Amino acid sequence: MPDTPRGDLAAGPACPIPIADYPHVTLAHGGGGRLSQQLIETMFLAQFPSEALRPPHDGALLQLGNMRLAFSTDSYVIRPIFFPGGTIGELAVNGTVNDLAMCGARPMYLSAAFIIEEGLPMEDLWRIVVSMQTAAVTAGVTLVTGDTKVVDRGKGDRIFINTSGIGMVLPGVHINPIRATAGDAVLLSGRIADHGIAVLSVREGLEFGTELKSDTAPLNGLVAAMLHASPDLHVLRDPTRGGVASALNEIAAAARLGIHLREESIPVGDAVRGACELLGLDPLYVANEGKLIAIVPGHDADSVLEAMRSHPLGKEAVVIGTVVDDHPGIVTMETRIGGTRIVDMLSGEQLPRIC
Amino acid sequence: MRYVDEYRDREKARMFAAMIGEITKRTWTLMEVCGGQTHTIVRYGLESLLPKTLALIHGPGCPVCVTPLEMIDRAIAIASRPDVMFTSFGDMLRVPGSRSDLLSVKARGGDVRIVYSPLDAVTLASQNPGKKVVFFAVGFETTAPPNAMAVWQAHRLGLKNFSILCSHVLVPPAMEAILSSPSNSVQAFLAAGHVCTVMGFREYLPIAERHGVPVVVTGFEPVDILQGIYLCVKQLEEGRAEVENQYRRSVRPEGNVRARQLIAEVFTTCDRKWRGIGEIPRSGYTLSPAYAGYDAERVFNVEGIEARESPLCIAGAILQGMKKPHDCAAFGRECSPERPLGAPMVSSEGACAAYYRYGTLNHR
Repeated sequence: MPDTPRGDLAAGPACPIPIADYPHVTLAHGGGGRLSQQLIETMFLAQFPSEALRPPHDGALLQLGNMRLAFSTDSYVIRPIFFPGGTIGELAVNGTVNDLAMCGARPMYLSAAFIIEEGLPMEDLWRIVVSMQTAAVTAGVTLVTGDTKVVDRGKGDRIFINTSGIGMVLPGVHINPIRATAGDAVLLSGRIADHGIAVLSVREGLEFGTELKSDTAPLNGLVAAMLHASPDLHVLRDPTRGGVASALNEIAAAARLGIHLREESIPVGDAVRGACELLGLDPLYVANEGKLIAIVPGHDADSVLEAMRSHPLGKEAVVIGTVVDDHPGIVTMETRIGGTRIVDMLSGEQLPRIC
Repeated sequence: MRYVDEYRDREKARMFAAMIGEITKRTWTLMEVCGGQTHTIVRYGLESLLPKTLALIHGPGCPVCVTPLEMIDRAIAIASRPDVMFTSFGDMLRVPGSRSDLLSVKARGGDVRIVYSPLDAVTLASQNPGKKVVFFAVGFETTAPPNAMAVWQAHRLGLKNFSILCSHVLVPPAMEAILSSPSNSVQAFLAAGHVCTVMGFREYLPIAERHGVPVVVTGFEPVDILQGIYLCVKQLEEGRAEVENQYRRSVRPEGNVRARQLIAEVFTTCDRKWRGIGEIPRSGYTLSPAYAGYDAERVFNVEGIEARESPLCIAGAILQGMKKPHDCAAFGRECSPERPLGAPMVSSEGACAAYYRYGTLNHR
């Protein structure tokens, strides 16, 4: 909702501010939904014309000589920095590893940049650094360059970490949302919403009887196993911020095809489901940090599913839907009781409901 | 999950849908009062399972949607003060006021926080004696007990820096207002199960009798709602107009007596303006004289702030069941969840947002 109409006010003559609706950045612009998308499209993509930025993907694919590289970057801001199942450091390593893996690349080298708030206990920093090294070893990547900045107390939230990474794309692998084809199967590697709910529950001091744990994990091993089963995977996506619903909406929009899901087939753990019920959150929109969505040719679905299920991070993999010609750009779902509805993209962050 | 899965059972849902189909001989218009029920209806695609001769109208039961514009403006005025920590349930933050919303106040540096219980706001007040902590107390009878409890606790703790911006609304007077309107088309109500869990359902007996409408106290899961619809249609077809209780696992005739006692101590009934509908007599709660010191409107002297609605928005007609969201010319065009003109597009329980998000493909 605008404070005052803006349009051409504060900008130079050549470049009017493209976002007229909001004079300030709000948290909803970072929520992974429609407003984030708007910010990226109208602000960033409008100014940075590189072909590598299109279509939206988890990383850029670059041709260097006869090598194809994937290059990706991500910043990690999370409260609390230690949560059940992980640390901000593990998240920073796994997140960039996963972005590269979703490009079909073998992640190799990472950079790490730390913005540290004055007063962070050394012990906490050490714990983060150790967890990052452990995560890097597990994922088979090496941290090769980095940077540290310290800001005044109150000018940061304990610690922010940025990681960037490069990986090599194997020959014959072409993973891209625009490759989704009608008749493809939509696969999901396991139960959803664990990370978002685990972090929310510690942040807000909510107790649910059982401990909820983040699913943060490096997915490159799982992707390697899947590519071994079928090098012709069409799309890979890790449904982080914005959840499965936002990821599928992005794919449907990029491919200009519809996606139809079956609610019954989408796995959600009991404790997470209970927490979502209580808070009025839809698990389809809650973040994951160790799950992936794969879109594969229908005839490859069984073999890819089998490969996923024989990997520890894909034991509960399932087919959750299909890519269809109907309703391009729209994700639909057959609900648990047999009705049909649209699974839209949220505009901002999912906000807990009143009652 | 117990008490959930059995009410989302495909076979039971099919059975009730078939039973409704069997008994429906005429054209009927039902209203579900509560936004939570609207949410379930669209989220599970229930309308696709019902006979075409049954119309469901989505009632005014979303607390976020009916909170009047000037109350949002008052909230924004209070939250913008540097000495205030403003606390609210999450979905109030994006509700558009006249010129801004609470999320934008936060973006400009205001101390605006989401809490999950009004008691969290009391805790914040005791932890931050230098700040004036305000809780945005909106909702129906369902949220009245926890909000009353927060005020009661603050009083017991002697907290001088806690207050609530109170915009409570009550269901029965709204039902009366809808039924008394000359353009009313509602022939039966699914009453809100959670409201009745607190208040019981005796206050609906005179409404059913006076207006000759069936009232079925109904739960929130898809099978609950289908069963509630079945009971409504059965009454209508048999020419009865009674109060029935579908939600027996939660609702007793007298409600929750202790919760009602607490409400009676802390709150008193008042006339209240509903966004899009206007003022309905005796349709709200305000703080009772003994607790008036916790009334943020007085503490911050914002009672004078008034506001006017966007002329494009037909929220009032939608909230009263006279129009459906896609009847609105602005729906999905000038008005979307990213740029809501009216509150029913903001709240996830609002009829417009629910249609926008979950609406069947035909509606697009």
